[in-house]
Amino acid sequence: MANLTINGKTIDVDVEADTPLLWAIRENVGLTGTKYGCGIAQCGACTVHIDGVAMRSCGVSVSEAVGKQITTIEGLGPNGALHKVQEAWIANDVPQCGYCQSGMIMAVAALLKEKPKPTDQDIDEAITNICRCGTFQQVREAIHEAANA
Amino acid sequence: MNQHSMPKLNRRAFVIGTATAGAGLALGLDLPFGGPAVVRAADGAPEINAWVVIRPDDTVVIRIARSEMGQGTLTGLAQLVAEELECDWSKVTTEFPTPGQSVARKRAWGDFSTGGSRGIRTSQEYVRKGGATARVMLIQAAANEWKVPASECTAANSVITHTPSGKTTTYGKVVEAAAKLDPPADVKLKDPKDWKIVGKGVKRLDTSDKTTGKTVYGIDIKLPGMLNAAIKDCPVFGGKLTSFDEAKVMGMKGVKKVVRVNDSAVAVVADTWWHAKTALDALPVVWDEGPNAKVSSATIAKWLGEGLDDSQQAFVGNQNGDVKAAIAGAAKKVEAVYNYPYQNHATMEPMNATALYTSDKCEVWCGTQNGEAAFAATLEASGLPADKCDVHKLMLGGGFGRRGQTDYVRQTVLIAKQMPGTPIKLLWSREEDMQHGLYHPITQCKMTGAFDADNNLTALHIRLSGQSILFSLRPEALVNGKDPVAFQGLNASGEAAIGYTVPNLLVEHSMRNPHVPPGFWRGVNVNHNAIYLECFMDELAQSVGQDPLEFRRRLMTKHPKHLAVLNAVAEKIGWGTPAPQGVYRGIAQHMGYGSYVAGAAEISVTDGTKIKVHRIVAATDPGYAVNPAQIERQIAGSFVYGLTGLFYGGCTVKDGRIEQSNFDNYNSMRINEMPKVESIIMPSGGFWGGVGEPTICVAGPAVLNAYFAATGKRIRSVPLRDQNITFA
Ligand code: FES
Ligand code: FES
Repeated sequence: MANLTINGKTIDVDVEADTPLLWAIRENVGLTGTKYGCGIAQCGACTVHIDGVAMRSCGVSVSEAVGKQITTIEGLGPNGALHKVQEAWIANDVPQCGYCQSGMIMAVAALLKEKPKPTDQDIDEAITNICRCGTFQQVREAIHEAANA
Repeated sequence: MNQHSMPKLNRRAFVIGTATAGAGLALGLDLPFGGPAVVRAADGAPEINAWVVIRPDDTVVIRIARSEMGQGTLTGLAQLVAEELECDWSKVTTEFPTPGQSVARKRAWGDFSTGGSRGIRTSQEYVRKGGATARVMLIQAAANEWKVPASECTAANSVITHTPSGKTTTYGKVVEAAAKLDPPADVKLKDPKDWKIVGKGVKRLDTSDKTTGKTVYGIDIKLPGMLNAAIKDCPVFGGKLTSFDEAKVMGMKGVKKVVRVNDSAVAVVADTWWHAKTALDALPVVWDEGPNAKVSSATIAKWLGEGLDDSQQAFVGNQNGDVKAAIAGAAKKVEAVYNYPYQNHATMEPMNATALYTSDKCEVWCGTQNGEAAFAATLEASGLPADKCDVHKLMLGGGFGRRGQTDYVRQTVLIAKQMPGTPIKLLWSREEDMQHGLYHPITQCKMTGAFDADNNLTALHIRLSGQSILFSLRPEALVNGKDPVAFQGLNASGEAAIGYTVPNLLVEHSMRNPHVPPGFWRGVNVNHNAIYLECFMDELAQSVGQDPLEFRRRLMTKHPKHLAVLNAVAEKIGWGTPAPQGVYRGIAQHMGYGSYVAGAAEISVTDGTKIKVHRIVAATDPGYAVNPAQIERQIAGSFVYGLTGLFYGGCTVKDGRIEQSNFDNYNSMRINEMPKVESIIMPSGGFWGGVGEPTICVAGPAVLNAYFAATGKRIRSVPLRDQNITFA
């Protein structure tokens, strides 16, 4: 049993301590916006915020997440409203299949917190998520738009 | 489009044929546009016809039979229906009918398959008719109510107006009456110049939920009492499952059952997928690796290499003049050998499906590019008839051709059948997905060109050697053994025609089918055919000291549409004007899936091995451009997929199995490697070409030709990773 705080709510989750946080979130808590893409911290589809920092949840065990503030795509916007990154994503029609986009948006939201006006180089360094549909051009445009919102 | 072996191949045709037997229906052509009995959607709102449901509040529900995997087809098809329907675009929503419903209604929605960039181009006419028919019926219903001739009424934005009196009503108010009318025998479609919604870059209809995590993909489905399965298929293709020791894992947390699936796979079923996967990793399994356990990339390459020799049998795809005589009598001959590897699709969402089987019903939930093929697989695996099965299509986390196959659906049903009454979700690990793909086929190609004494190109001989997709997936589509798809972009005419006229031309294919299963992949054969042809065109130009663009132009005078896109990219990239310091250019053109495409790249190279792609200008003429904003996104996205394949891709074979396992050894381009893509969309009208795939093939040769311009070195082998060349 692990006590996790996800999107501001504290939940008792019946999992082994070494379960990857990704699977606890998806299967035990039932929040499926966070995606599985590789399971080895390569693709970023599973990105969540842990104490405000973007982390690949497939590479974090539940025991490491206990006592921390975990935010998933479902809890990104303030009080259920859209986060400015989500708004910029909608305005720029960024997603194609959309499967990578939860992770992409979480990574971008964390970047903007750290660097409110990122340069293209900042984006290149911080955003390393895989998108097989290849939405990168719109991702970059939408990041700049969100930064200027 | 089903898996490997012969007997399965006609199953879909059989299922569909049986379900509609006696109906005398010309499949996909004679679609019903309404009828005497009103059909109602689940919420009670009436259908005007299979494509259009209108609710009393004026909401328009447009049915989409094709699959949405990111390519924007859902939005594009809705635009086409809405255009003819004259409805308020802001009130449009969509839904996917199920293949089971379609079969029960004599295939009311026609073809569900979504591949070959056909989603829009092969259904545009009947979906537009669906919209137009509904409009006529709605207007007629209003005219009947007002007791005026329908010819005095018009419709726009879901509002019907009686012009002489100025009376108005809305679609939602007359829909009940309209649904009871007989559909008109014939409707006239709009002239494209009058389009208001089609041709506009309207926003996608599926974006919002994709930014909030609400979109439900196959992997996300939840059913009461559902269990989760993880699977391992014999790592060597064609091998078999000998045995497994379930006692070793039955005591592990959450494990419910260990089951055999087909004759080559084993699955663990558990409360959660993580428990299933953990137990599967611990499960001792014995495989019979079968006859292919010694095959390697080297043995495949040797076999394909032998096929380049003229002494070996080959199918002729395109021919004019006498190539062999022309080459024999040439003043100058140029020859080069190229190759292109296996590629996995690596859709972002690994393969998965969910099935609930009981003795009298089998339902499947999955992302699929071919609802009817998934339906047929469900029937076959469950053993139940068509009226007891259905497939519920969910959004796809990528398709690229992979989800046109139904191996994962069949596996899921076979597992669920062993646990009747319990919904089972089967999810492949990324490793399983990487090693059990249906790979972009492997080929080699010998290119030979001949010149006369005045440096005119007199002959071109293209000799392909390698794998056929149709041989494996659709042998009934072979033509006297020949795979016509192998010649994409090299044909004499049709939707994938070569853009050059050469007095003596021979294009042939020595078919060699290794045991690694091939499949349709984004662009498939145009990826390598464009590299072979367009890089070699550069070699030919260089061998006679001519500019690559001018050299091509001289051979393209009879191919004005090919030439138009080539000229467009040449102009926009600034061909013939100096490039920025240290930047070099390459150019390419091709045709596939009914569309003309060209690309021009600007790159710089550091140390001969680090390539920075600064810019790619791309042009496409797809005939009609339904949604230019989405076409732009497909162009840029296709370059990410194609350049990933060129730089990082390539699946290698060792001991009969694929060596790559995950994104750590099968890398994918990131944002820092993304060039700036500038698109020129130049629809010339009069034909319907595809969008999702055609452009993919020009990025590779444009970049490789630019690499030669920068370094003087030709790269003839893909992927670049194997030559230690990478993105800067
Ligand atoms: S699933 Fe976690 S990084 Fe890919
Ligand atoms: S939108 Fe499909 S993988 Fe990124």
